[in-house]
Amino acid sequence: MSATATADERLAPTSLVRRLLGRPELGAVVGAAAVFVFFSFAADSFLQASSLSTILYSASTIGIMAVPVAMLMIGGEFDLSAGVMVTTSALLSSMFSYQMTANVWVGVMVSLLVTLAVGFFNGFMLTRTKLPSFIITLGTFLMLTGLNLGFTKLISGSVSTKTIADMEGFPSAHALFASQWTIGSVTLKVTILWWLALVAVATWILLRTRAGNWIFAVGGGADAARAVGVPVVKTRIGLYMGVALCAWISGQHILFSFDVVQSGEGVGNEFLYIIAAVIGGCLMTGGYGSAIGSAVGAFIFGMTSNGIVYAQWNPDWFKFFLGAMLLLATLLNAWVRKRAEAK
Amino acid sequence: MARVGTGVRVVGAVLAAVLGASLAGCSSTGGKRAEERAKAEAQGRPAVSTPRWTFAMVTHAGDGDTFWDIVQKGAKEAAAKDNINFVYAHDDQAQQQAQFVQNAIDQKVDGIIVSLAKPEALKDVIAKAVKAGIPVITVNSGSEQSAAYGALTHIGQDEQIAGEAVGTELSERGRKKAVCVLHEQGNVGHEQRCAGAKKTFGGVMENLYVEGTNMPSVQAALQAKLQADPSIDAILTLGAPFAPTAVKAKEAAGSKAEVDTFDLNESVARDLKSGALGFAVDQQPYLQGYEAVDLLWLYRYNADVLGGGRPVLTGPQIVTGAEAAELEDFIKRGRR
Repeated sequence: MSATATADERLAPTSLVRRLLGRPELGAVVGAAAVFVFFSFAADSFLQASSLSTILYSASTIGIMAVPVAMLMIGGEFDLSAGVMVTTSALLSSMFSYQMTANVWVGVMVSLLVTLAVGFFNGFMLTRTKLPSFIITLGTFLMLTGLNLGFTKLISGSVSTKTIADMEGFPSAHALFASQWTIGSVTLKVTILWWLALVAVATWILLRTRAGNWIFAVGGGADAARAVGVPVVKTRIGLYMGVALCAWISGQHILFSFDVVQSGEGVGNEFLYIIAAVIGGCLMTGGYGSAIGSAVGAFIFGMTSNGIVYAQWNPDWFKFFLGAMLLLATLLNAWVRKRAEAK
Repeated sequence: MARVGTGVRVVGAVLAAVLGASLAGCSSTGGKRAEERAKAEAQGRPAVSTPRWTFAMVTHAGDGDTFWDIVQKGAKEAAAKDNINFVYAHDDQAQQQAQFVQNAIDQKVDGIIVSLAKPEALKDVIAKAVKAGIPVITVNSGSEQSAAYGALTHIGQDEQIAGEAVGTELSERGRKKAVCVLHEQGNVGHEQRCAGAKKTFGGVMENLYVEGTNMPSVQAALQAKLQADPSIDAILTLGAPFAPTAVKAKEAAGSKAEVDTFDLNESVARDLKSGALGFAVDQQPYLQGYEAVDLLWLYRYNADVLGGGRPVLTGPQIVTGAEAAELEDFIKRGRR
């Protein structure tokens, strides 16, 4: 018996190439590079610094939500209520502050608690009823859409909120959620920082903590995970509350950036978050994916949606591009993974 | 499950604490209290003693549309004054809108007000209403089909004419290159506005389609457009909520373009006053609702018909900084 034959194959050193091929975001990075090069040639103004900052802003507004949505997908679930939850959270802070004539920060905190409660509700209902997340969050989506319209109209007397820009606490909240810096011709929005920070925290949680292992385990197979002592219920509820937390951040950005909130907004955005996560390498079946991948997915989204404008093309075709991009990215991911596993 | 129970109690306790704290953490500026101090509204009560007729209004409004909210307010206030029982239904799907009109016919209402954004889909059901002896008035869109379908009259703004007014105004302001921002792809009225503006505008005008339900993406797309073409010196948005966003996009892109818009709201009035916006085109939605109910009442009461077979136009009215100050109070009450 030679020494090599007895060595545990799991302990064998792997080459850098092989490790890279095993990363979920690889397909997305290749795709992002391709889209970048493509628009660099197709649109003259695409490469200037101010354009890139616009693209980053656009990507960050999707990316902030794509991070928790990707984590949730790794945990094997969906959240169809994520898009309207952003609007709900913005409406809550605005209307609470206005109606109570309270300091804006009071509304912001109430909104945080209520939004987290909605996330808790999603996770709790899911684990208690054992219904698919598609049904549970579709229910929440519809209820929130109705509540947004109903409550706004009931309380404000119209379908958009009233301005809170002249109230106490607005400037400091604006600074935290919607400030921007101008460096030369480039305007950078604070959402980009929020986005990068969330990606960093999520990556740390997924790769370096016990909770991260739980998320992968629950997404890979809930029963097997439960059998080895993973707190499945806690993990799932935590993931939904993570989505709620980011919906709150995103909602506060919209409120403090645009001052007045339209109650009908946000419908359909949940798909953009899911698209970003899937382009970024998350599997629809759970157990596989990364937070960095979701960021790359959001970046591709930002480049495509604005690149078409920079190239001055007819935007009627935008949705087609998005769909084609989604299919290509998913196929590329599947191919890369198969190659990595075959080696 | 015990863990979950504690979680609920903790959330409840924190919520209660925050609610309590909010009473202490008051804002001395703005908010509802300021509004109540400023408010002095007239009370709506019937001014006539005609029978209590029922009028139904069925529109193509989507959920949460500010514009239709004002139309509805106008209709409701006219109904209160005319002793009318007013019922309202809306759906942006033409088929569902037709169904609601059918429901009104089934209920044997005394008058129907309907918007014709997708005229063909409503043709048959309007014919049914007319056949059943229910007077029909069309509002907002559908001025061309109104008379042919058998409606008494049409109240609204002709989108083409409104667009033409904008084009003329932009030319007078010496603009050379404009972009028309459409927030709903496939909306015929929006296309007509931009086409009208293009027709009378001396310079070049391009269309830009944006995702209307996602404000950050509206801003990013417009920013991208302005960065791609720095020679743009005028931006025209087709709805009031998009005007302040256009101003933000213009500032972020470092553009010197003038922002103009269709429709009014509180922020538009504020920006008109401060000069951040050039002008707004108002089609007076309150008037569309109010007149529709009032004209139906007049028809029932006195067989009066207005317009002489032609549409009754409620716009376009060009509002600039000077008028905005005067209109601000009405806008705050949700009537303009």
